[in-house]
Amino acid sequence: MSLYYVQKLIYTLNRDPNVVAQFQTDMDGVLKEYTLTDEEKHAIRKPDIGLLYVMGVNGQLLMHYAALMDYEWDEYIQAMKNGLEEHGQVRAGLYLRTGGGAV
Amino acid sequence: MSLVFAGVCSHAPGITGRADRAEPDLKDGLYASFDRMRDAIKEAGAETLVVVAAEHFANFFMDNMPAYCIGMADDYQGPIEDEEWLGIKRRTIPGNPDLSHRLIKDIMQDVDVSYAQEWKFDHGIMVPLHFLTPDNDMDIIPVNINCQGPPLTPLHRTWAFGKALRRAIDAAPEKIALVGTGGVSHWPATPDSGKINEPWDQSFLEKWAANDKDAMLAYTDEECYAEGGQGAFEIRTFIAIAAACEGNPGDVWFYAPIPIYAVGCTVGAMAGS
Repeated sequence: MSLYYVQKLIYTLNRDPNVVAQFQTDMDGVLKEYTLTDEEKHAIRKPDIGLLYVMGVNGQLLMHYAALMDYEWDEYIQAMKNGLEEHGQVRAGLYLRTGGGAV
Repeated sequence: MSLVFAGVCSHAPGITGRADRAEPDLKDGLYASFDRMRDAIKEAGAETLVVVAAEHFANFFMDNMPAYCIGMADDYQGPIEDEEWLGIKRRTIPGNPDLSHRLIKDIMQDVDVSYAQEWKFDHGIMVPLHFLTPDNDMDIIPVNINCQGPPLTPLHRTWAFGKALRRAIDAAPEKIALVGTGGVSHWPATPDSGKINEPWDQSFLEKWAANDKDAMLAYTDEECYAEGGQGAFEIRTFIAIAAACEGNPGDVWFYAPIPIYAVGCTVGAMAGS
């Protein structure tokens, strides 16, 4: 589990258009720069937004990766819901489904 | 005194990025309140706007996360997000490094604030600026309080920061407006996006409007997380403004839960400038 580096990659993609350009033409070349498990590489490559959410990627990062991968807002929300059904509760971090508060 | 206006507002990206998906009356009311704040800042004669924000990993990450940071650049760029996604065109925003330097130096007497000469604004600052400085004609000084990556600064330190910021502003001859921007309860960018705990929001905003220091500082991160979601850590931005205006009441001009904007949208002003 290297959640830190998954998030670092997304943070870098958000900040650097040059990395985005490389990512779009040579994704594996970018991924080699980060310490990632096979599951994490798979989730990033696919992309499996729901799995990334379940892994614990902070939503403030993940929503931008989803947008980069052409997810509309409603698709992004649904992908996280699908991820919970398929992979179970969020494993780490703050962005689990808390269920608190009023709707 | 050189503080000429103080207030708070929301900054959720949906406010501009999903603007027309809200009920028109709610959107119009929120937008009118932002307009009112822009007019108030202008009428106060402000030359510089200090924005106390809670950014979302646009500049600061867990490799080196400051509790507090103030911009000291000639200019800034934003939004970092996709323009179409956020509904805001990218632009270069003027800064005021000389004033930043003086504020930082003064604040450092009490709080170990970091500074940054590069800063890409995300929606946390760009949404407020979209409404408050649409002509891009006012110097902006960004301030960040880490509300994203725990451990977070304790609320009593946020109070100390707000007090130090006020003293530094008052030591400057420039006319300065101060706006804190954050959410109250919200679960942004989660499957629960759109959930808003209105009673909890109202309770916090009552304490904020009364500038009840003890009541505001009694919140814990555990309570905020349970009752207000991940986004509730951003009450730090509101508390910093209350500290800057210690002893003076606030006035909540607008509050309405707007689920498609994913937050209880808030605009308010605080006396004491």
